[in-house]
Order: sequence, then C-alpha cells, then structure tokens
Amino acid sequence: MTPRLVLENVRHQPMRSLLSALLIGVPVTLILTLVGLSHGMLEDAADRTRGIRADIIVRPKNSSLVSMRNGIPEDFVKYFARKPHVKAAVGVLMQPVEGITMMMTGIDMPAYNAMNGGFRYVAGTPPQSPDDIVIDEYYARQKKARVGSRLKILNHSWRVAGIIENGQMAHIVANLKMLQDLLSAHGDVNTIYLKLDNSANTEEVEHELTSDPRLEDWPILSTEEMASAWSIDNMPGLKPFIYVVMGIGVVIGFFVVCLSMYMAVLQRTREIGILKSLGASKAFILQIILAEAFLLGLAGTIAGVVLSFGSYYLIGTLVPASIQMKIVPVWWPIAGGITMIGAILGALYPGMRAAAADPIEALAYE
Amino acid sequence: MNNGAIIQIRNLHKTYNVGEVDVPALRGVDLTVEKGEFLSIVGPSGSGKSTLFHIIGGLTPPTTGEVRVAGEDLSALTDAGRTRLRRGMVGFVFQKFNLLPNLTARDNIAVARFIAGKNGPPEAGFEEILNMLGIAKRLDHKPNALSGGEQQRVAIARAIVNHPAILLADEPTGNLDTENSRAVLELLRDLNQRLRQTVLMITHNPEAAAYGDHTVHMRDGRVVERT
Repeated sequence: MTPRLVLENVRHQPMRSLLSALLIGVPVTLILTLVGLSHGMLEDAADRTRGIRADIIVRPKNSSLVSMRNGIPEDFVKYFARKPHVKAAVGVLMQPVEGITMMMTGIDMPAYNAMNGGFRYVAGTPPQSPDDIVIDEYYARQKKARVGSRLKILNHSWRVAGIIENGQMAHIVANLKMLQDLLSAHGDVNTIYLKLDNSANTEEVEHELTSDPRLEDWPILSTEEMASAWSIDNMPGLKPFIYVVMGIGVVIGFFVVCLSMYMAVLQRTREIGILKSLGASKAFILQIILAEAFLLGLAGTIAGVVLSFGSYYLIGTLVPASIQMKIVPVWWPIAGGITMIGAILGALYPGMRAAAADPIEALAYE
Repeated sequence: MNNGAIIQIRNLHKTYNVGEVDVPALRGVDLTVEKGEFLSIVGPSGSGKSTLFHIIGGLTPPTTGEVRVAGEDLSALTDAGRTRLRRGMVGFVFQKFNLLPNLTARDNIAVARFIAGKNGPPEAGFEEILNMLGIAKRLDHKPNALSGGEQQRVAIARAIVNHPAILLADEPTGNLDTENSRAVLELLRDLNQRLRQTVLMITHNPEAAAYGDHTVHMRDGRVVERT
C-alpha cells in the first residue's frame, strides 16, 4: 500500500514532480559531465600518445605532463638517434593554439613517416607545402573544415591538405620549420620520440637514458608510461574539483528536495490529518515522505543521466576537438547515490514536520 | 461503572491554549454510551461537541477527568497509545468526507486496513456492506469522480472496515442535499441496527438527530440534557 500511496502522490502533482526530478537531475548531470570530460580528455590524450607508435618519449628538462616551458635544441635529436637500439628519433614542437588543450604540432613529415609509417588519412594528402596542415576528424568537425579549406591559426593562414583519423598524436599537424619560424623557436623542439629496433628493449634503453647524469631531471618515459600518466590521479587539482562538484550536488539535491517536499507537506496537510485520523503512526507518515523523496531522487538520477547524454551530444557537436566527453556508466550509481543522499536529507525536515503534525489542526486545514 | 457501557466519561475538562489565553472547551462533561447505541449529539457552535468527539476518538488528550473507551483509559494514553486507539477502536466520518484525493475509493478503504495492519481484501461480509452502502460498483473511481453522497458512503465504508468499537460521525450530512442526507442517515441506522455498531453522531439538524436512539444536548462545554 505504501508504494501505491507514494506513487499516487507523485502522479497527483505531475508538474511539481517533473520539475523536482529535473532539478534533482542537474547535479547528476553536472557530476557526470565533469567526470565524462575528465575521462574523455585524458583518454583522448592517452590515445593520441599511443597513436604515435613510438617506444620512448623525451620531454624537456623540468617539464611536467601538461607543461613544456623549455625547448630542446634539435641537435639533441641526433644525440638520441645515436643511442643503442634507437632506430629513429623524431623531434616535434607542440604549441597551444586554443586554450591549453588544443595543440598544433610541428613535425618533420619524412622523419615522422620513417618512424611509424605516417598518418592514416580519411581525406586529402600529406602536406604539399610549408603552409599546409593536416588535421584530425575532431578538429575538422569543430571547424567545419574540409580538404582545401583555409584556417587561420597563430595569425597565419593554413591550407588543410589532409584529414587524418583521430587518435594520432595531434589534432593539428604542421610543418616543423614553418612552426619554428612562426614561434621564433628556430632549431628548437619540445618533445622527442624514439622508435627502437625492438619494443622489448624499451626498458633497457629507458634505464640507460635516465641513468645518464646529463639527462637528470629530463622526463624520459616509455610511451605506455606516458599514456598511463594521463589519469585523473596525475592531474593536480582535478580530484578535489570533482569532490567539490559532488558536494554541490549533495547541496542542490538537499535544497531542491527540501523545498519540494516542504511544499508537498504543506499542500497535503489535510491528507496527513486524514492518515493520522485513521491511526497512521509518525513513522508511517515519515516513511511516505522519505519514500517520495527517494522516488524523486531516482527519477532525478535517470533525468540526470539522460541530460548527461545531452551534454555529450552538445560537446561532441560543438567542440569535439577542444574537449572530449565520455559516457562513464560506472559513475551513474555514484552520481545518483550522492544526489539521493541530498534528497533523503532534504526530505527529513518536512517529513518530521508532517509526522509531528497535530491531527485536528491538519484536518481543519483548507 | 456500567458494564454495558462502551464509553464512560466523568467530569471531563478540556482547555486549549490559544496564544497566552486558556480557552475552556469542555467544562465537566459526564456521559455514558451503551454498546450498540446510536447517540446523537446536538448543540450550538462552540458548545464543545467536536472537542468531545476529538477526545473520544483519541485525536487529542483530555485536560482532566476520566474518559474510558472500550475499557481503555484515554487520560493515561500517550500519543502512540491514542494512535493505536484510532487504528482499531474508532472510525471517523467527517462532514467534508476527508477521502484521500489521490486514491480510488477502493484504495481509500484499503489504506485504512493497511494502517490497521491488515493486508489483503476485506472479509467476505464486507462485500455485503458495500452493496448496502451502494458503492460496490463505484470503488475504482477517485473521489473527484464521485458525488458527495457517494464520497460520504465511501467514508463510512472506510470508517467501519476495521470493525471499530465506535463510529464517530461529525456532521455527516452537513455537505449533502436532503436526499443524500436521508440515505446516509438511514445507512448509519442500518449499520447500528444490523451490525450493532455503536454510533455517535454530531448534528445541527433535529431531523437528523432523530435517527439516534437518544440525543445529548450540549451547551457551553457541558451536557445539559439527554433525551
């Protein structure tokens, strides 16, 4: 009987129930979008790292995962190329062009092709002139660019020569010399990729390089280590940020449900009086209010999950290259649970108020 | 003490605190109701009829005095004890019907059974009562689809579904037209005569009061006459 009573209460005020569920869904969407963005962007970075098909990655001295302040003279590329087991060494220059997530990568195309066989193209050709760039499908979609389109990046007009599959090193690939000229970084690169004669030698080569005192403080990692480093745990501040958003979720859930159930209790004062006249205990009244909050929380969770698909669609349509969002189903119950806690807490006060209502006053309520 | 009495009230006082003012609603009521009796209570507004009902029905505690309902001393009951009393001992019928608007007539009756801890459909004999009340075919409608008379009959069915010792009807015909009023009053009398259901009914209407075996007249918080 309790589920029927609760369900009919929810159905009796469809607009209030719908709005409550949607509002409860907002923090769920907020949490799922944030988590989806974290996973999506980090996995995209990891995919693109793996897509380089190098064995070892050398970053500038004292650089971090997301910052490369110092350049590496190109001559260093030759130094690494002479190391035992190194089949090819390719220096690239990465430059943020839109925010910190969108990089243009300058490469020496013949050297890159020699290292891993080159990019896989979905349209067009490799660059034919220094002003040519190749872009990945994400960036092409974001800029609505096709082969032959001209794009202005770093105050320079580039021609799109080709479009490559996603997950191959960079969203935008330009001629290394051209990018060095534009950035006045002549002879500098900021990442070096090493391809070994056999991937089985990766650990040995990595050990040899990191043991070299001249390379102290140089981040030298295997590709797999670098790809794995793109995780939430390695992003400073990201976890606390997620926790803050989760906290906001609890607070929003609390206030939405508190307000909604408070209104509901006021509206149903007479009905609560009727139930009391029938002998309903305080616990029974509280149970009904909490069950209704639980139901609204559940509906809100579903609404939030559905809305997160809306975020996913919007981000994927509007800025697929700048930011990537992933649907992370494992977080559905977590986001729902967090919001549910807020909802139940929010229903406690109105529920206890209803349970303590004087039956005579409640029955006289108009 | 009268062994056949289901309600025994001695020197009952009830005072409400309205802000900082004490308002006496009952000022020494003495009343005995026999089991199976149909008692009408009449009196002007403010005479204490409803307060007396609320105390007998366990909706509010007495201030002083002795109130025994089916042997239970109400002055000694806690809030939980009065809740238990309402669950099994008394059934209410209100002037405004007071059905739960979200539930069908059937569910309104079922919820009373559920609260009393009884699951499943009512006993076989209850079907006959529903026929007698004339609502057997209207049970799947919500209150807003029922006429006033039908709603009051559903309220009566709900009030007696748990076989309460006492049926308390507070102005049961106050919101009904003459025809429906007569039907409801006859139903109450039928229930009283056929099932020996004890009925206490508040009314302003002398014709309605005449359906009872006896009539108690109240004024200024006291019983002034019993006829």
